[in-house]
Amino acid sequence: MYETTYHKAGNVAEAASLLAAAEDGQLLAGGQTLIPTMKARLAAPSDLVDISGASDMRGITVNVSAVTIGAMMTHAEVAANADLFAICPALSNLAARIGDPAVRNRGTLGGSLANNDPAADYPAAMLSLDATVVTNTREIAADAFFTGLFETALAEGEIITGVSFTAPGKAAYQKFPNPASRYAMCGVFVSVGPSGPRVAVTGAGADGVFRATEIETALQAKLDPHAIDKVSLDAKAMLSDLHGDGAYRANLVKVMTKRAVAALD
Amino acid sequence: MTEVSMTVNGSAVSAKIEDRTLLVDFLRDHLKLTGTHVGCDTSQCGACLVHVNGQAMKSCTMLALSAGGTRVTTIEGVAGDDLHPMQKAFNDNHGLQCGFCTPGMVMSGIDMVTRYKAEGKTLDEAAIRHELEGNICRCTGYHNIVKSIQEAAGKM
Repeated sequence: MYETTYHKAGNVAEAASLLAAAEDGQLLAGGQTLIPTMKARLAAPSDLVDISGASDMRGITVNVSAVTIGAMMTHAEVAANADLFAICPALSNLAARIGDPAVRNRGTLGGSLANNDPAADYPAAMLSLDATVVTNTREIAADAFFTGLFETALAEGEIITGVSFTAPGKAAYQKFPNPASRYAMCGVFVSVGPSGPRVAVTGAGADGVFRATEIETALQAKLDPHAIDKVSLDAKAMLSDLHGDGAYRANLVKVMTKRAVAALD
Repeated sequence: MTEVSMTVNGSAVSAKIEDRTLLVDFLRDHLKLTGTHVGCDTSQCGACLVHVNGQAMKSCTMLALSAGGTRVTTIEGVAGDDLHPMQKAFNDNHGLQCGFCTPGMVMSGIDMVTRYKAEGKTLDEAAIRHELEGNICRCTGYHNIVKSIQEAAGKM
């Protein structure tokens, strides 16, 4: 790891001013991606602003069906929250299956969203749940937030402070983990709210997380796993690598969707 | 260089370290607590697993400065006058071959047993195997590791 200067921010405002004052600063949340990236010398920020303890970026509130989650909530904390489990168990179960127990004790929701790894789990949930990503300057709809592989709508120096969404009537997440890395080769989050089914896919798309609109249309007609039998997905729009080619992933999207629809809760 | 202070295995420690120092390097190089191992160095193997404020964390994927003010427990801190029940179970069940992954396995085992007890959940064999996802034994001696954790769970 190259040399860097460490700062600890107690709240969002402090983080924003520390970041603005840094020559080439970077926010440090749980560090479960950033620290390995820095160790491999693939990132070399002049300054790290540690926001993991920022008091105003924490907490989970559930008010009837309105849910807000602070950006610095760890995966373990999201998984263990009883109020969230009562209203949106699909999201709790997703958080409980990210990485491994030690990673879940450090990694955060905000860190995962800002990084937008094409195989990360949370982006699929946020997109399917039609969530709003709240930052220190504005609110961004999930549909506009994820813009490509490791790319988001965040501006320079903008900080995710939390997310909010309306809990859907039913939802489920199913993923096919790579047998070695355990990252999602395909993960599908299906939620059914007042405006119909929203289906978001991670791990499979060539441009990162995406909404499978053809599948949504088929499920709108009939909410049944077999409703998507005849849907055909473009293999060229899928990731293709040594773990699986585009056609394999296109098929996985359908299989995981069927499992998710069958598991809607 | 920045001053860092934390409690390690019950003792207050502080040192002036480079900001980029990883927690595992602080433990091993500055405090000479070499029981915590560096295996893969890429956050996968769990040989570096320690408890920070009672939670399992990979000390190779955390800056020492991020652990400032916390309570850290390493493998050196789990035994009293006698071995910890988890250590004894690994001994009794031949839960190790080369032993390199063992510190992380023991710390992970203690964490999962404590957590399941607190939540009132049953830690059966399937749960242990799932919970061990972040700990790799390159000798592939998982069978006896699982047996060890199962035995210790009944004694903790």
